[in-house]
Amino acid sequence: MRLLSPLAHIGRAVLGLLAATGRVTLFAIDGVSHIVRPPFYGREFLAALLNIGWLSLPVVGLTAFFTGGALALQIYAGGARFSAEAVVPQIVAIGMVRELGPVLVGLMIAARVTSSIAAEIATMKVTEQIDALVTLSTHPMKYLTAPRVLAALLVVPVLVGVGDIIGIYGGFIVGTQQLGFNSATYLKNTADFLEIADIASSLIKGCAFGGIAAIMGCYFGMQSGRGAQGVGQATKASVQAAAVLILAANFILTSVFFTT
Amino acid sequence: MIELENVHKSFGAKKVLQGVDLSIAKGESMVIIGGSGTGKSVTLKSVLGLVTPDQGRILVDGQDVLQADRDAFLARFGMLFQGAALFDSLTVWQNVAFRLLRGSLKRPKEEARSIAIEKLRRVGMKAEVADLFPSELSGGMQKRVGLARAIAADPEIIFFDEPTTGLDPIMSGVINDLIREIVVEMGATAMTITHDMSSVRAIADKVAMLHDGVIQWTGPIAKLDDSGDPYLDQFIHGRAEGPIEAIR
Ligand SMILES: Nc1ncnc2c1ncn2[C@@H]1O[C@H](COP(=O)(O)OP(=O)(O)OP(=O)(O)O)[C@@H](O)[C@H]1O
Ligand SMILES: [Mg+2]
Repeated sequence: MRLLSPLAHIGRAVLGLLAATGRVTLFAIDGVSHIVRPPFYGREFLAALLNIGWLSLPVVGLTAFFTGGALALQIYAGGARFSAEAVVPQIVAIGMVRELGPVLVGLMIAARVTSSIAAEIATMKVTEQIDALVTLSTHPMKYLTAPRVLAALLVVPVLVGVGDIIGIYGGFIVGTQQLGFNSATYLKNTADFLEIADIASSLIKGCAFGGIAAIMGCYFGMQSGRGAQGVGQATKASVQAAAVLILAANFILTSVFFTT
Repeated sequence: MIELENVHKSFGAKKVLQGVDLSIAKGESMVIIGGSGTGKSVTLKSVLGLVTPDQGRILVDGQDVLQADRDAFLARFGMLFQGAALFDSLTVWQNVAFRLLRGSLKRPKEEARSIAIEKLRRVGMKAEVADLFPSELSGGMQKRVGLARAIAADPEIIFFDEPTTGLDPIMSGVINDLIREIVVEMGATAMTITHDMSSVRAIADKVAMLHDGVIQWTGPIAKLDDSGDPYLDQFIHGRAEGPIEAIR
C-alpha cells in the first residue's frame, strides 16, 4: 500500500487537473455563448475595450520596442560569428511577428488584464455584488464575462499588430543608428521577407491569447474564496494559469502553422 | 406566499440550517431574529436561489424557486444585502436605478434618474449624493442606498438584511417607518432580519427566531413578550444567562 501511495498522489493530481480543465472548458463555452445571445451590455463592452486595448498600449509598446532593439543586437552579434550580420532585418521581422510579438503581448495582457479582471470580479464576489447582480435580474456571465471576453478577442490581435510594428521599429532604430544599416534597405528587406501567413499567424495567436487571458481572469474571479485572502488567491491563480496556457497555446499554434 | 419546508444547508462540515420550516403570507411583514451566525442571511439567500439548499423545498406562490423562470421570478424581488453590495464602478443613482436602466424594466435615462432620486429621498438622502460613487459614502449611507436600490422597481417581495444596522437612531426610525409603509401601502411581502428590538416592534407582523438551525419560535408580534419560550425571552431581553450559550 505504501508503495502505491505516490501513484495515488499522481492519480489524484491528474484527476484534479482533468476536472479543472473540464470546469474551465465549460466556463469558456458558457462565457462565449453569452456573447452571441442577448441582452448585450454595450457600455460594459466599451469599458472593457478601453481598459484591455487602449490602456494597454503603453506597456505593449515599450515591451515590444525594447525587445525588438535587443533582438537586433543579438542577431547582429550572433550572425557576426559566421558573417551573416546582414540578416538582422529579416530575423527581427520574423522573430517579432511570428513569436515574440504575440507571446510578449499575451504575457503583458496576462499580467495587466487577467489580474485586474480577476481581482475586480473576485472583490465583487466577496462583497456580494455578484449576488446583488443576480437579484437585479442580471446574469453575471452576460454582464461581466461576455463583454470582457469579446473585447479581448477583438482588441488583443490589434495590440499584437501594434506590438509587431513597434518591435520591428525598435530593431530598425538599433539597426540603422547603431549597427550601420541603410534605412531604405532595412525596410525593404523587412517588407520583402514577411509573408501574409506570418502576419495572419501573429493576429490569430493574439486572438487566442486574448481569449485565454480574459477567460482566466473571469473564471478565477468567479471562483474566488471568501475574504481578502480569496481575492489574492484568485488573482495569483488567474495570472499563473493565463501565462502557462498562453505559452502552451503558442507552442500548439506554432506547430500547427509552421510545421510542414 | 413564501414557504420553506425542512430546509437544510451545510457549508463543508458546518451545519447551518437543519430543517427550517417557515411560511410567510402575502402582504405580511415577517421579521427574523436570532444570534449572529445562525444562518439568517443564508435563509434569505436560499429563498432567492443564491444558495442552494442541500435538502428541503422552498416555494413562492406554490412554485419551487429552483424551477421557476429566473428572470420573471427575480423581477418580483428586491433585496437589501447585509453589506449593501453596491456596485462600486457605478454612481449612486446608477446603482439605485440599476434595474430601470436595463432588462425588461428598462425606461428612459431621465425617468430612471428621477425615480432613483425620489427613492433616495425616501431613505432620507439628498439629491446631491446621486452623482457620488459608493466609496465616497459612509457605511450607513451605503446601507440606505442599498435600501433605495431594493425598492427602486417597486417589488412585490422585499428582503431586508439588517436594514438599520449602522444607522443613527433617527435614521433607524425613518427606515422602520419606510418598511412599514412599503408593506402597508404597497401590499408588499417583507422579510427582514434585524438585531434591533425596536425595529422588530416597529415593522413586524410576525416574528420568527432562528436558533440551532431551526425556527425555535414563531408567532405574531403581540405574543413576543409572553411567549413562554426561554430561548426567545433570553434573546429579546439580551440576557447573558439562559439556554442560549454566549460562546458560539
Ligand atoms: N458562502 C459561504 N461559505 C461558507 N460558509 C458560509 C457561507 N455563507 C455563510 N456561511 C456560514 O454560515 C453561517 C451562517 O451565516 P449567515 O451569514 O447566514 O449568518 P447570520 O445569521 O446572517 O449572522 P449575522 O447576524 O452575523 O449576519 C456562518 O457560520 C457563516 O460562516
Ligand atoms: Mg447576516
